[in-house]
Amino acid sequence: MKTNGILRVVTRFLIPLIMLFALYIQFHGEYSPGGGFQAGVIFAAAWILFALVFGLDEALAVVPAGAQKVLASIGVMLYATIGVLGVVLGGQFLEFTPLIPGSPQGAQQAGIVLVELGVGITVAAVVMLIYTLFADRLRVVADLTREEID
Amino acid sequence: MLRMRDLFAAVMLFAIYSLVSASLFAVLDAGDVALTEAAVGAGISTILMLVALSLAPRHEDRGRGRNLTALVVVLVTGATLVYATWDLPPFGAAENPIHQHVAPYYLEESYKDIGIPNVVASVLASYRSIDTLGEVYVIFTAGIGVMMLLGATRRRRRQPADEPIEGEETE
Repeated sequence: MKTNGILRVVTRFLIPLIMLFALYIQFHGEYSPGGGFQAGVIFAAAWILFALVFGLDEALAVVPAGAQKVLASIGVMLYATIGVLGVVLGGQFLEFTPLIPGSPQGAQQAGIVLVELGVGITVAAVVMLIYTLFADRLRVVADLTREEID
Repeated sequence: MLRMRDLFAAVMLFAIYSLVSASLFAVLDAGDVALTEAAVGAGISTILMLVALSLAPRHEDRGRGRNLTALVVVLVTGATLVYATWDLPPFGAAENPIHQHVAPYYLEESYKDIGIPNVVASVLASYRSIDTLGEVYVIFTAGIGVMMLLGATRRRRRQPADEPIEGEETE
């Protein structure tokens, strides 16, 4: 697919829009349908589209496999840290109210935004990671079959 | 067409089914669920199943003979489930437990508690935050599981494969 000019041009045009839409879904999720889960999936879809058209190596140069693993853990840890922070500041696990004393609504909103960010990072990273693993495995299998033919 | 042995067609049917479900959710005004179904069910799941399919033969293996035990198990489970539906409250009735438990509180008080208009976001991220944390763990575990199954390929790359595997090039 690397040589198809129409695909390359359309993809270059579409990927920023998809990523922008993912960010909108992520950070507007408190006001309209959306949230971290959907945003992460859409963001990963933009990267997978890039990998499909320009090849896995180019895509891994943008987000290396190691970074995907680290990001997947960072998202979960961000979520859990917010939960523990509630305990440290004198509340219960995942209670957001103690995060900002004196402003329960603001604390709730801050907690929700951070927690959704954690969800988004983990989901995007894990979807990218699963795609990378399958596509990489596919390449290894193709190499093995080629060696056998030789 | 009772049986689909062509796995590619089965994946496409799954995608169409997800898209129709997403439209149904959109018609029912469940925007969050519709968005999730369209993005995850019709989008990413289809891509991941296609990637997995490119490592597998396109057609399902023909099974040997008939499995009567499986038929009995399926029938008994199905009959139990149908029997259990008789105890369900009437469909859509206002006094059902689902409308009486915590849902009215969420709908009436969530804006006062949290100050954001999307009740689904408040329930998922704040009231039911531990559930959502569990979901994130599930996603994370799925990633680790795939990594453990497929991630160790690089080390064995130079060894010859035990049995020839049919692989297709996508690029």
